[in-house]
Amino acid sequence: MPDGALPVLDVRGLKTIFQTRAGDVHAVNDVSFALKPGELLGVVGESGSGKSVTMMSLLGLLPSPPAQVERGSVTFDGKNLLQVDPETLRQVRGGKIGFVFQDPMTSLNPVFNVGNQIMEPLRKHMGLNKRQAAVRAKELLELVGIPDAAQRLKDYPHQFSGGMRQRVMIAIALACDPKVLIADEPTTALDVTIQAQILDLMKDLRSKLGMAVIWITHDLGVIAGIADRVIVMYGGQVVEHAPVKELFKNPQHPYTRALLKTIPTIHGERAARLTIIEGQPPIMMDAPSACPFRDRCDVAFDRCQQENPPRYDLGNGHDAACFFDARTGGPRDA
Amino acid sequence: MLTYTLRRLLMSIPTLLFIAFVIFMLLELAPGDPMANMPLSIPPEVRQQMREALGLGEPWYVRFPLWLNQFFIVEPQYWIDNAFGTNFADGAQRIISFQSRSPVFDVIAQRLPQTLWVVAMSYVVGVLIALPIGIISAYRQYSVFDQAGTFISMIGFSVPPFFSGVLLIVIFSVQLRWLPSIYDTTHVVNDWDSFVFQLRQMIMPVMVLALQTTAQVSRYMRASMLDNLGMDYVRTARAKGMSESVVVMKHVLRNSMIPVVTVIALGVPSIFGGAIITEQIFKVNGLGQLLIIALQGSDIPMVMTITFLLAVLIVMMNLIADVLYGILDPRIRYD
Ligand SMILES: Nc1ncnc2c1ncn2[C@@H]1O[C@H](COP(=O)(O)OP(=O)(O)O)[C@@H](O)[C@H]1O
Ligand SMILES: [Mg+2]
Repeated sequence: MPDGALPVLDVRGLKTIFQTRAGDVHAVNDVSFALKPGELLGVVGESGSGKSVTMMSLLGLLPSPPAQVERGSVTFDGKNLLQVDPETLRQVRGGKIGFVFQDPMTSLNPVFNVGNQIMEPLRKHMGLNKRQAAVRAKELLELVGIPDAAQRLKDYPHQFSGGMRQRVMIAIALACDPKVLIADEPTTALDVTIQAQILDLMKDLRSKLGMAVIWITHDLGVIAGIADRVIVMYGGQVVEHAPVKELFKNPQHPYTRALLKTIPTIHGERAARLTIIEGQPPIMMDAPSACPFRDRCDVAFDRCQQENPPRYDLGNGHDAACFFDARTGGPRDA
Repeated sequence: MLTYTLRRLLMSIPTLLFIAFVIFMLLELAPGDPMANMPLSIPPEVRQQMREALGLGEPWYVRFPLWLNQFFIVEPQYWIDNAFGTNFADGAQRIISFQSRSPVFDVIAQRLPQTLWVVAMSYVVGVLIALPIGIISAYRQYSVFDQAGTFISMIGFSVPPFFSGVLLIVIFSVQLRWLPSIYDTTHVVNDWDSFVFQLRQMIMPVMVLALQTTAQVSRYMRASMLDNLGMDYVRTARAKGMSESVVVMKHVLRNSMIPVVTVIALGVPSIFGGAIITEQIFKVNGLGQLLIIALQGSDIPMVMTITFLLAVLIVMMNLIADVLYGILDPRIRYD
């Protein structure tokens, strides 16, 4: 990945709220990140930290109401996806940006066979006719490692196991050779052994196809092996961002440090989960006016209650949103 | 699927036999005498002779198999004879109405078209109106359209046809004089004008019945669409770049129709039941009215046959609903 290359996807100041009866929920607050061509960006954070909402905001996939993308820009292919007309957005979705969701058991339509579901984007975005689309669909199933591809095109989702369904989802997301693949916890709903298989498949596909990937997970252990850079999210904000080695070697945000402690020592063992950090991620009923992590933080001080820390640039592509300077062991200068 | 359907068809035979028996015994035990409407001046001996002539002298275990034989064997034979000019029936005794003294099935055949014109038409109209209302109401939940749909459905649910029917007659026939209040069943459609007249006389009864159907089916459709609109696969379809019309009319609709088709199929028999009342109000001399008159006159063969046909309809519609379910939902495997 050439450093300084123009990002394929550039997100700035994204803010998404949900209008609920109890008031507005500030699910995504001023999130910015850039994705470079061909890189794999990991996004970590406990469940409820705003990872999915962020990604779905990019492509207008949130139901509105209740969701509303209030501010920000999403630059892709020279256009701001938050402002393009619906048809242009649809051409990006599934065409240039593929999406894989968390739960393969419910993400496929139960009443259409998988061939039909893979061929849909092929016919729309690549203008293939039925026969061409069928040929390509078969190739895609082979690409994601589903045996008897030609035969299985006629099968319905319920005839596939969870892992196989996620492979189908990946095939759909990759169908039109996207520049960007967004994978939202693609292995979370799967058994451990299947998780590893899907992970290997993704690594393999990425080196074959070379698209940029945003990989969402709440498992830093997974990220360590595959990501180039990582952003850590909490309370709908990016609290830390760094190249993967730097993040593991030199975590700056107390939340990141807590997350790192929860990585299970034996790889794949799931006994130690993220919930080991005391407390719950907040539900943001107000726009953040203080550090969202303050109540669970072991180094919080007065300022953390009064101001929301900005992302301090720490050099080497590393930044963290914390008033506490882990290097000096004291408060950061304003 | 085929074996399943055949198995179900076979299984429905004992069910229907049992239903026939229950209907028969209920009529047997019911008070009421087909002779009741005869002049009192008829002497008791003659009365007894007439009774025996009707076959009422025999005990039930003779008459019930007789009816079964007539219904399942003799009548189909006559039907085949009529259609192909054969002579299977060979003059066998048909089911005869006590009142009109003509074969029950001939009377039913006369009445059926009126009922089909009004009842079947109203069901088709009701469903065709209900489906788009349900779809749009769900897709635009809480919009003005949805609110209006909810309001009309509430009316359809809560106002019985004997009220809405009379109300329509008062407004459109008595006050405005736009539409005929009585359904002229002797009317023959043979040109444009007579077709228009047929439409005019159908409007009110069809609307009264359709209102009920629309109310129910549109609610089911709306609920089913709402269930499905929130599903993950809908998000997947959108993430693939599908247009809203493909998302809603292909992905969501196909899933939403699964339970609704069942409701529609199972609603067919009850709409025929509802026709009994509507036909009375609009003086449509269809099957409903025929049944009422037969009941009043203790015309047991007629009541028995119509009621049993209704039971057949119910059983068949259940079967059709299940088969359609299996066709629409690939997860269902009957075999
Ligand atoms: N439909 C919704 N209505 C209200 N709030 C929501 C809704 N969906 C998500 N949220 C809020 O957004 C926050 C972030 O959710 P999400 O992005 O799904 O988290 P995750 O990081 O686990 O993917 C949640 O904590 C919740 O408060
Ligand atoms: Mg999520």
